[in-house]
Amino acid sequence: MRLLSATLAIAWKDVRLELRSRDTIISALVFGLIVVVVFNFGLNRTPGSLAPVAPGLLWVAYAFVGVLAMNRAFARELEQGALDGLLAAPVSRDAVFLGKMLGTLAFMLLIEAVLLPVFAVMLDLPALSPALGLIILLATIGFATVGTFFAAIAAQTRSREILLPVLFFPVIVPVMIAAVEATALALEGGPMLPIWSRWLPLLVVFDALFLVICPWIFGFVFEG
Amino acid sequence: MNQALPGSPAIAAVGLRKDYGDRSVLRRLDVLVPWGQTAVLFGTNGAGKTTLLRILAGLSRPDEGNVRIAGQPMRRSGGRARTLVGFVGHQTLLYNDLTCRENLAFYAKLYGVASPQRRIDSVLGQLDLADRADRRVRTLSHGMQKRLSVARAILHEPAVLLLDEPESGLDAGSVASLGALLSAWSASGKTALLTTHSSEIGQAWADHVLTLERGRLTEPMHADHDVADARAESDAERSAR
Repeated sequence: MRLLSATLAIAWKDVRLELRSRDTIISALVFGLIVVVVFNFGLNRTPGSLAPVAPGLLWVAYAFVGVLAMNRAFARELEQGALDGLLAAPVSRDAVFLGKMLGTLAFMLLIEAVLLPVFAVMLDLPALSPALGLIILLATIGFATVGTFFAAIAAQTRSREILLPVLFFPVIVPVMIAAVEATALALEGGPMLPIWSRWLPLLVVFDALFLVICPWIFGFVFEG
Repeated sequence: MNQALPGSPAIAAVGLRKDYGDRSVLRRLDVLVPWGQTAVLFGTNGAGKTTLLRILAGLSRPDEGNVRIAGQPMRRSGGRARTLVGFVGHQTLLYNDLTCRENLAFYAKLYGVASPQRRIDSVLGQLDLADRADRRVRTLSHGMQKRLSVARAILHEPAVLLLDEPESGLDAGSVASLGALLSAWSASGKTALLTTHSSEIGQAWADHVLTLERGRLTEPMHADHDVADARAESDAERSAR
């Protein structure tokens, strides 16, 4: 109960801070829109030509936007040494990690929800399906979990903006592959069996694994 | 909130060693501070004052040695020792875009403060910030932010207060108020350990003066048998693990 209430308090604090300053949401949205527009005009655009690359473009944009949100999540904790305030409090390191992760997840999902229709229009994506929603949710949980962990590590260094993507992208490769493949299948509108039997289980396993590993290592890294 | 173990000193740190690379900051340092005392720690820049306070607050792990707050081990007490400590650092540990009240409400939740609104009103009044309660922290002056930082540290009614140069950035009136707060603090049987560079303030507030030099106290404030007791407790704890 204590773990849950502390986790929710930390996540809600992050949501409240972001709603008040709006700096992450606005910068991530603008960046995401720029990516869409640049891809749209930068690629040789003939009818149907973007369909094979659209899932990849979507997830590259989501990953870049995610890195922005993750960097900001811990930058805010460092402004007035607030991270020390969290770590000095009698709450478990799991609660600190999960609270930060939930806050990041909320922002990423919000930004993705806004960008998806824009992508659909600009890249001529076919109708969006509930399966696509589930793919985005599971992949974003993986992004937020791994990203929050590396953002916390990177925040301790001077070159945090550079270090985070360097650490984050290699680890997130399985999620990217599963998300792109599953998104391609979902957008094709063909048989759903490979999504349910192969790619979604891979995402679930990745999420479950890193939701155990990341808080555990976070506890060691930030042990007082 | 008080989970102090009877008969234990407020702060018992035994054999603390902390190295940064090849530089030893604390060298098997023993610190025992009894209840109802305000101890002031002097030392030159880089003497290890902040490192010591961070270890006592559970923010940094010593390379060797143990810390007990009111008898509760800082590590492996499931957060009980942390509940007993209030920490004021160089930075405010606050969120600039939250109001004073929202910051305190957040920390009240983390510390499980009962009747948080009543307690928040009380500490804001105590630190003369009641009329700024709904202002965002970034709109406050440095001195007000510092006072809010003290309000955050005493919010959960800790038994031990650790303050790292608390007078910096405060005007004369605020320094006097902080002195009065510390005086009432020790009079109520609680303990404070603070660092300062101001000998005037240190002498005025201190029941005990400690000087840290090259990672050791120049003059211990405790009897040898107290350290022996604390060391025995610490050894027993280590062998139990």
